[in-house]
Amino acid sequence: MKILVCITHVPDTTSKIQFTENNTKFDKNGVQFIIGPYDDYALARAVELKEQLGASLTVLNVGEAETEPTLRKALAIGADDAIRINAFPKDSLFVANQIAAIAKQNNYDLIMMGRESIDFNGGMVHGMVGEMLGIPSISPVMKLEIDGDTVKMAREIEGGKEYLEAKLPLIAGCQEPIAEWKIPNMRGIMSARTKPLQVLEPVSDETATNVTTYQLPPAKGAVKLIDKDNVAELVKLLKNEAKVL
Amino acid sequence: MNTATKKSINGGEFLIKETEAKDIFIFEEFNEEQKMMAQACQDFIDTEITPKSEEIDSMKHPDLVPGIFKKAGELGLLGISVPEEFGGMGMSFNTSMLIADIIGAAGSFSTTYGAHTGIGTLPILYYGNEAQKNKYLPKLATGEWAACYCLTEPDAGSDANSGKTKAVLSADGKYYLINGQKMWISNAGFADLFIVFAKIDDDKNLTAFIVEKTFGGITMNEEEKKMGIKGSSTRQVFFNDCKVPVENMLSERGNGFKIAVNILNIGRIKLGAGVLGGCRSVATLAIKYAGERKQFGVAINTFGAIKQKLAEMAVRTYACEALCYRAGQDIEDRMAALASEGMPDAEAKLKALEQFAIEAAIAKVHGSEVLDYVVDQGVQVYGGMGYSADAPMEKAYRDARISRIYEGTNEINRMLMVGMLLKRAMKGEINLFEPAMAVANELTAVPSFETIDTSELFASEKDVIKKLKKVFLMVGGKAAMALADKIESEQEVMMNLADIMIEIYAAESAILRTEKLVSIRGEDACKHQIAMAQVYLFEAVEKIQTAAKEAIAAFAKGDEQKVMLMGLKRFTKGELVNTKELRRQVADYMIEKGKYPFS
Ligand SMILES: Cc1cc2nc3c(=O)[nH]c(=O)nc-3n(C[C@H](O)[C@H](O)[C@H](O)COP(=O)(O)OP(=O)(O)OC[C@H]3O[C@@H](n4cnc5c(N)ncnc54)[C@H](O)[C@@H]3O)c2cc1C
Ligand SMILES: Cc1cc2nc3c(=O)[nH]c(=O)nc-3n(C[C@H](O)[C@H](O)[C@H](O)COP(=O)(O)OP(=O)(O)OC[C@H]3O[C@@H](n4cnc5c(N)ncnc54)[C@H](O)[C@@H]3O)c2cc1C
Repeated sequence: MKILVCITHVPDTTSKIQFTENNTKFDKNGVQFIIGPYDDYALARAVELKEQLGASLTVLNVGEAETEPTLRKALAIGADDAIRINAFPKDSLFVANQIAAIAKQNNYDLIMMGRESIDFNGGMVHGMVGEMLGIPSISPVMKLEIDGDTVKMAREIEGGKEYLEAKLPLIAGCQEPIAEWKIPNMRGIMSARTKPLQVLEPVSDETATNVTTYQLPPAKGAVKLIDKDNVAELVKLLKNEAKVL
Repeated sequence: MNTATKKSINGGEFLIKETEAKDIFIFEEFNEEQKMMAQACQDFIDTEITPKSEEIDSMKHPDLVPGIFKKAGELGLLGISVPEEFGGMGMSFNTSMLIADIIGAAGSFSTTYGAHTGIGTLPILYYGNEAQKNKYLPKLATGEWAACYCLTEPDAGSDANSGKTKAVLSADGKYYLINGQKMWISNAGFADLFIVFAKIDDDKNLTAFIVEKTFGGITMNEEEKKMGIKGSSTRQVFFNDCKVPVENMLSERGNGFKIAVNILNIGRIKLGAGVLGGCRSVATLAIKYAGERKQFGVAINTFGAIKQKLAEMAVRTYACEALCYRAGQDIEDRMAALASEGMPDAEAKLKALEQFAIEAAIAKVHGSEVLDYVVDQGVQVYGGMGYSADAPMEKAYRDARISRIYEGTNEINRMLMVGMLLKRAMKGEINLFEPAMAVANELTAVPSFETIDTSELFASEKDVIKKLKKVFLMVGGKAAMALADKIESEQEVMMNLADIMIEIYAAESAILRTEKLVSIRGEDACKHQIAMAQVYLFEAVEKIQTAAKEAIAAFAKGDEQKVMLMGLKRFTKGELVNTKELRRQVADYMIEKGKYPFS
């Protein structure tokens, strides 16, 4: 059993977001980077599966050298080896092409990703890779069990849950509560340094999109507190000021 | 750190020697692996501790803290300093400082953690024989067992060697019967192993024993009702004919007080680092609150009086970080140097720690007082909400207060640092007399009007530090002469001298840290750190001036007093610094970043 987990290197969710170069580039200054939270769940479940099934576990990132600490963190959490595709991840298609190329070479049984990245929130890479490899791609998966070559999954759908089964190989875009995310233990951190981290060059330069500009959401306005007994005032303000009634 | 090229000075020598920035370790130099460990530790606090802090402090769930403790063990956090051969991580001294630092934000759990990994585990690590280490360390390193340290008694606190707990050898010579009462024992409620200090027969000095709970004869009072760190178990422990096999004596008969002192040395410097996590989290909370709270139509972080507080929290925290990790690395390097000379590992570690006992005491006092300052200002920034038990400041304020009391009160530590320095000077281990004489001569000589080249960063600040050291040598030297053996009974002067030592070490560390950081990142990227170092130094000069004046007034009279006051004036003549502007600049940056952004 061979498992691949694709991880993104994203700004910590509490980071202050600022842009540079005429609002076309994200300002990384002072920002702390982490494993994408959804990828973290995928990784946590993959580590459990590895222990349960004796699987091998590889983590992969498409990114420049600065993402290596994030890969090493994944190694500390429990992956056996890591691959970095040495390229700036220009867009979803670009990333999907790289992942598909590696997957074709190494024949993974199960490819786990996050349901979406949390920087650009495309939610597309798993679908694209599935298409490129000609295997099922299922997202967002919140429960995943393996029984022989059958994968039993639960998926969140509008207003409820869907339970489904599919055969390996497949791709799962994961989210909580698929597993409890893991804090790397000290021994894992120390062993990460000796685990292999392979750097490969990209196979294709194809992209499909191009950012023209970013815009921050409008700053939150001040809050008005209205006495709990003064419903009339509240209604008036909702009508006249907030214009929501 | 490369010890081959590093010029190392001995403990206490910072008062007479200059240190170069390149020779100190700074927080910013922690490597990726150490940072990952720190982050793992922070994640542990954020998920396992902070959300449960109210339940932890309520003490209503007896399994809660032991459960968290076990999880800390699973993550490897309890075995940081324990060598790998005994089931630990075998990490460096400064890494263990970093972990203690981060855990410092965990409220009462940081005491639970410190009592177990520090005073609970280290006596066995450093003084245990192979059999004892093999038997106990793996259990302690993994958290399978929890440890506590039983030194204090109802009538023996600061005067720890006066304890009355007795150990009597059994008729068959196979075990000791321990009888006595211990007080304020952290972790007692769930400990499996007790490090117990007792006197054999009518010995003058204590002997240490490793006592398993299952040996029997151990009972306890209820949990103490405390001001803060309420979630940390603290109990009185009674030993009634507790049967301890002779092989469980630690080190030798009569060696217990030495063990206690040396273990406290480590505890002290770790406590210095252990306040930092708390300082950062409180500063960050204050920054956030000040951004959200509006009065007079604007956020209170727009008020200069609030900015002053935010910046000052950072200034002191920054200096404390600088001195703790500087001292930590000096200790680590000395351990390595001694070990490479062939000294056995445990002995090398102890020797190095003993060598820097003065710095350890400084770290403890400075750290605990910085934390108290930070929480006090934190309460103030929160205003009425600072006083409310529904907001986090009230708890932070209460939790902080213990740090000035345990691991040797700050009074005891202040006296210790001065006493130790004078003792080393007497023994000729540190050459205080020559430089003190030189300063004394300088007092009566024509003042030199040499000017310094201020074009280089920190040239004038370093000149100020140099002169502050002269203040210490002047006041300390004269006090030692005037008071001679009486100095121990003139505690007020001892406290003054201690304050001068602390401020010199802290200010110098802040300057050197910044200088090194500038050499790595460039001046433009460090303008806030430069501002903080300058503000700290300015304040240090003021404090040193006051302490020196008090001391001079206490023991010098007439002409001698006049000459010294003139000297003091000359040695503390610095440029006026616009602390208002510098603090505003620092505060604005903190507000922009929304957190303590300097480590
Ligand atoms: C318009 C645009 C501009 C971009 N600009 C930048 C930029 O300025 N700086 C920058 O660092 N990145 C940039 N990226 C790349 C981005 O960070 C993502 O890595 C990548 O494009 C996938 O984006 P997505 O939102 O479609 O991923 P999604 O489809 O939401 O991701 C789903 C899952 O795919 C996997 N995955 C996604 N990306 C990667 C990756 N790079 N390596 C390994 N696995 C991955 C993860 O498991 C992820 O959870 C940009 C992407 C886009 C679409
Ligand atoms: C929450 C908590 C946890 C603790 N955990 C432990 C533990 O795990 N193990 C353990 O063994 N102990 C522990 N202690 C005990 C702690 O170390 C002592 O409380 C401390 O050493 C002070 O002793 P004391 O309380 O007897 O105070 P005292 O010694 O009575 O001191 C009272 C005051 O007198 C001052 N003073 C005392 N002697 C002198 C002197 N010679 N010159 C000048 N001033 C002096 C002190 O500075 C202090 O201000 C803990 C205490 C607390 C409160």
